[in-house]
Amino acid sequence: MADKNGFFDLSKTALTRRTALKGLAAGAGLGLAPGFVRYSQAQSSAPIKIGFQSHRTGIGAAYGRWYEKTTAAAVKAINAAGGINGRQVEVIIEDDGTDPGRGAEVVGKFATQHKTDIVFGTLFSHVVIGSAPAAGENKMPYFVVSEGHHVASTKLNRYVFQPGITDVKSQIQSMAPWIAANAGKKVTQIFPDFAFGYDHRDYLPPALKAQGGEVIAQIAIPPTESSFTKYFPQIPAETEVIYHVMVGPAVLTFVKELGEFYGSNRPQLFGFIDSLEATDINSPGLEFLDGSHFWEGSPRYAQADDSEAQKAYRTAVGIDDNGAAVGDPKDVSTAAHMFGCWETLYVVKKAMEDAGYKGPEDRAKLVEATEALTAFAEGPEHPQGPKTFNGKIHQCFGIQNISKVEGGKLKVVHKTKIEDGLYEAKGDYTTQAL
Amino acid sequence: MHFGPHLLLAALEGLVTSAVLALTALGLSLVFGVMRVVNVAHGEFFMLGAVLAWAITTAIGGHPALGFLAALVIAPLIVGAIALVAERLVLRRLNYNPEATIVATIGMLYIIQQLALTFYGPEARPVEPPFNYRILLPWFGYSGYKLSVIAASALLLTATWLVLTRTRIGLVMRATQYDSETAQAFGIPVGRVYGGVFALGAMLAAIAAVLIVPISQAHYLMGQDPLLLSFIVVIIGGLGSLRGTVVAAVLIGLSDGIISMFFSPTLAKIIATLLVAMVLVFRPQGLFGTTPR
Repeated sequence: MADKNGFFDLSKTALTRRTALKGLAAGAGLGLAPGFVRYSQAQSSAPIKIGFQSHRTGIGAAYGRWYEKTTAAAVKAINAAGGINGRQVEVIIEDDGTDPGRGAEVVGKFATQHKTDIVFGTLFSHVVIGSAPAAGENKMPYFVVSEGHHVASTKLNRYVFQPGITDVKSQIQSMAPWIAANAGKKVTQIFPDFAFGYDHRDYLPPALKAQGGEVIAQIAIPPTESSFTKYFPQIPAETEVIYHVMVGPAVLTFVKELGEFYGSNRPQLFGFIDSLEATDINSPGLEFLDGSHFWEGSPRYAQADDSEAQKAYRTAVGIDDNGAAVGDPKDVSTAAHMFGCWETLYVVKKAMEDAGYKGPEDRAKLVEATEALTAFAEGPEHPQGPKTFNGKIHQCFGIQNISKVEGGKLKVVHKTKIEDGLYEAKGDYTTQAL
Repeated sequence: MHFGPHLLLAALEGLVTSAVLALTALGLSLVFGVMRVVNVAHGEFFMLGAVLAWAITTAIGGHPALGFLAALVIAPLIVGAIALVAERLVLRRLNYNPEATIVATIGMLYIIQQLALTFYGPEARPVEPPFNYRILLPWFGYSGYKLSVIAASALLLTATWLVLTRTRIGLVMRATQYDSETAQAFGIPVGRVYGGVFALGAMLAAIAAVLIVPISQAHYLMGQDPLLLSFIVVIIGGLGSLRGTVVAAVLIGLSDGIISMFFSPTLAKIIATLLVAMVLVFRPQGLFGTTPR
């Protein structure tokens, strides 16, 4: 296949003076573009820069959008109240494409180019795991809102924290008693075939066994799968509860096909709302979920017993009583997770104030100040509920909600206690060098 | 579940995959056969079809069947128009140079995908099927709509075959495919044929997407899988061969359904890719392709 027209032969396009000038001008323009501006060393009045590693594109994009909205609302509230240590907070967003490789690059970019004070906001577990080494190498405090067990497992490094959302191992442990007592004892698990799914695969069986229940089958589904009927014959007939965790755009198909397969004669369903974040629970095909139960970190629908802090938080973030954007009922939020962004930023504020944080040279102090935290009281800064924090494993522990799908809404039927989700910590980040 | 019903379910699932795949791959195959253009943006036309189907059904409202039928007609037309514009603005200006068009269609892929993300958003949105009928078999339930997708695809494939073999338009297309220079010498407006074929290819992908969207929602990244599978089908079946495309689509769809149900989905993908390698080594023109002159 000859290149008759010379599209790939650079020698055929002569470089004129005009072209060269254009190129120079464009280069100069790029240098002036916002991302390339080099601030002088942080002054006391310069803003604190938070690098937000956002899933703006890729499979996490729906989460990324709401994480950005929540973060913007929290930063607005923090700045209105005087900022951190008297300095305003500025958020710099970089898209990681929900991709671990790009995630690591983004962390590097924050460290060397934007020179942010911390990096924050990552959700998807594979991106966190992919980015954590870059955070460690750059000695960049990295506050994730991911809920995976990888931070608490102490397999990452001293610079990675998860102070705003409970990890999956704790969530599972605190909910297993309710599942065994109310839904059924013979459980079949359906989970995505990657890190986040493995947390469920590994921690549910022991947690359920302790309650006299049993996992009788585990079905791993590749994260890119778009059709699920073919997996359903693997569900044993004696299954009492299908425990489903699916992440990604195909979840509606999953539920719909499950409905077609079983009809009205179905086992109990217990799921993680992760599957249906940013998705209207009243979407066509989801009728099948009526009467089933979900884990929620923070309830999507406003509840009768909501605290004043919870109400104020919902108003600040801009979600209505149904958990959708105010003014656009079709724009459903990721309410069960995004509260973690709000709370994490207040933890960062507290730690920076404790450390007397002045600039990137104080990052090690910030790490130690965060590790010294032990508890967060429920209130405007922590609207989801009270939490304890284990500085050795960099993980917080809070309450969980179990909600029932009822009349097209999610109603909280059970709240766990913090103690239900505590487990023995393995490892200790504080012994690692800074 | 016993082996019989299990196999039946696997075969049904495989046939649904085949039906959609055959339509999508046929579009890719036509474009390559007639224009010698490897259209990497083909999957994005598929995605556009699904996204437009969502937009149209939402705009129309009323009974789901009404919106769905409108989408089945309007979405492919819009996608065809977009493809035609892309062909005029980009591919024609590159003189259909094979290497340059690959790069250009990769660019189109990203442009279309990011425009969809900007204007449609990152959410997966459902489209209601025109009818909800659950066929109750003794062992399991199955979606009546899925079966109708198989039937609709078979009808559309037959219609395409009739157009290609029995009409003047089909004759002109086949003549261009056979030898575009001679065709031009005989007064066939090759440029217009190219535009038409590119639009038709995109429309076939869009129709496939409208058919599948009530089963698997519209999402801006949904074009990647169909693109890969279409390439596999087209390589196995033989570029530019309608019969080969259909046979290969059924083969790949069924093997995917059955292997992934009894073994694992990863094994199904491994076997499909291995098959492609074998075909490329032992029969580079594909099962039903003719050796290029």
